[in-house]
Amino acid sequence: MSNLLEITPELRHRRRKSTAFRYVCMSVTWMSVVLLVLLLAHVTKAGIDWLDWQFLTSFPSRFPEKAGLKSALLGSTWLIGLTAAFSIPIGVAAAIYLEEYAQKNRLNEFIEVNVTNLAGVPSIVYGILGLAIFVRGMGLGRSLLAGALTMSLLILPVIILASREAIRAVPNSIRQAAFALGATRWQTTRHHVLPAALPGILTGVILAMSRAIGETAPMVMIGAAAYVAFMPESPMSDFTTLPIQIYNWAKRPKEEFQQLAAAGIIVLLVALLLMNATAIVIRNMSQKKGA
Amino acid sequence: MNAKTTAPTDAPEAESKDPQNSSSILEAVDLSIRYGTKVAVSDVSLQVPEKKITAIIGPSGCGKSTLLRTFNRMNDFVPGCTISGRALYRGIDLFAPDIDPVEIRRRIGMVFQKPNPFPKTIAKNVSWGPAINKSSENLTELVEESLKRAALWDEVKDRLNDSALGLSGGQQQRLCIARTLAMRPEVILMDEPCSALDPVSTARIEDLLFELKSRYTIVIVTHNMQQAARVSQYTAFMDMGRLVEFGETDQIFTRPNDKRTEDYVSGRFG
Repeated sequence: MSNLLEITPELRHRRRKSTAFRYVCMSVTWMSVVLLVLLLAHVTKAGIDWLDWQFLTSFPSRFPEKAGLKSALLGSTWLIGLTAAFSIPIGVAAAIYLEEYAQKNRLNEFIEVNVTNLAGVPSIVYGILGLAIFVRGMGLGRSLLAGALTMSLLILPVIILASREAIRAVPNSIRQAAFALGATRWQTTRHHVLPAALPGILTGVILAMSRAIGETAPMVMIGAAAYVAFMPESPMSDFTTLPIQIYNWAKRPKEEFQQLAAAGIIVLLVALLLMNATAIVIRNMSQKKGA
Repeated sequence: MNAKTTAPTDAPEAESKDPQNSSSILEAVDLSIRYGTKVAVSDVSLQVPEKKITAIIGPSGCGKSTLLRTFNRMNDFVPGCTISGRALYRGIDLFAPDIDPVEIRRRIGMVFQKPNPFPKTIAKNVSWGPAINKSSENLTELVEESLKRAALWDEVKDRLNDSALGLSGGQQQRLCIARTLAMRPEVILMDEPCSALDPVSTARIEDLLFELKSRYTIVIVTHNMQQAARVSQYTAFMDMGRLVEFGETDQIFTRPNDKRTEDYVSGRFG
């Protein structure tokens, strides 16, 4: 019997390989975490001294000690709000159409493939599109409205894809149950499919929004102003956003402005983390409710 | 269709007054159903009698579920599904262009193989159907009545506002039946309603079927021949998409006319 349980050299070799692979995976995982921590530590060290109430409530200035993020923070808030107002209803409606209503035919397959492709188009391309259509074509100028419309185009594919995933995850038996009770397609969607898909849709929407808040290239392209010393008052106002303000400080030669940029990055990262945390909380809450 | 004239003597539409039709509520006439190019049901003609339980039995893939789902047009959701021939409900062609499938499904309810309650409260599960159909009834009373008829009331009356997902499989299936009853249908189609349940829950559902048969026409597809023999008055045996034999359950199980039916009900194949 003892022969059966003996550890042969061959088995020892297999075990060693398995252990080695485990350590390779572990070191790769830790490498990415360590890099992130190093980056955060570097930024925090450079910017933390500048981070105070005055920094959040002042307009930009050519004197570093007086400069602040106020207009960028407000600009980003406006931009995200308007972008959400445009992109969420359109994106969710498109996802509902594609999942619940669309017949399987060539045209719809073409649309589906291209929505997926659009999610992979570089953001600068959307910037060029926004410049051509909204800023010049529709004469909106370098306004918040033009920026928000451009940003909506950019994140629409992301919202559509995430919402479709969430809608597709709703079990078909629920739809059948509703149809068998004489419900119309809309009643089924409104009362059963959407509530069940809502957590997934919300998670996707928030992640899309946190992508929008960090995007710089399309905003540079449509000409969000570098220096804005007033509050954005309407969708037609000039505006700046957090990433653009950070970029403008970072390219200045003076040491203090570099540190201001670092402080701005901290604010941006905190905003992003808060949004992602919200997404995770929503997902967990819905998982508990479903159980 | 109906002639506007009041003269009853020379009305030529004798077909709808056919005595056989008056006792049958559902009817298939030369009905064939295809999924793409695959024929699932071919040339089935059958009359389902009113206020009786009719069982459809047969080996897996014989087309019995497909036939069942044609009667409330649930096959509409299967891409590539086409039908030829006719399926009638009280003489009305279910596939006529001016027929709204939503209206059909209100009158011809369905209970599925796997219990599929909505992830909502027990009361909401029952009241949702009448609510979306703008029922004028008192929903609280309707919920109680439907749950009583489905023999579930005593078990759930103290937790009507709890989630339906907390019920056992058998209770969930009776809730699905209650939900269907709340629509006050004339016909209830059941697609292997006990195949996901344990024997005790199955027995409870069979008892329930006995109670329901005086009020409703029930068509039940089942894999379980003992079940068909126990609960139904009429039995249809299908094989390879064709209706082999249809008759009173006693006759099908004791004196089948067709050799294939005899082999199947005596357990020699399937």
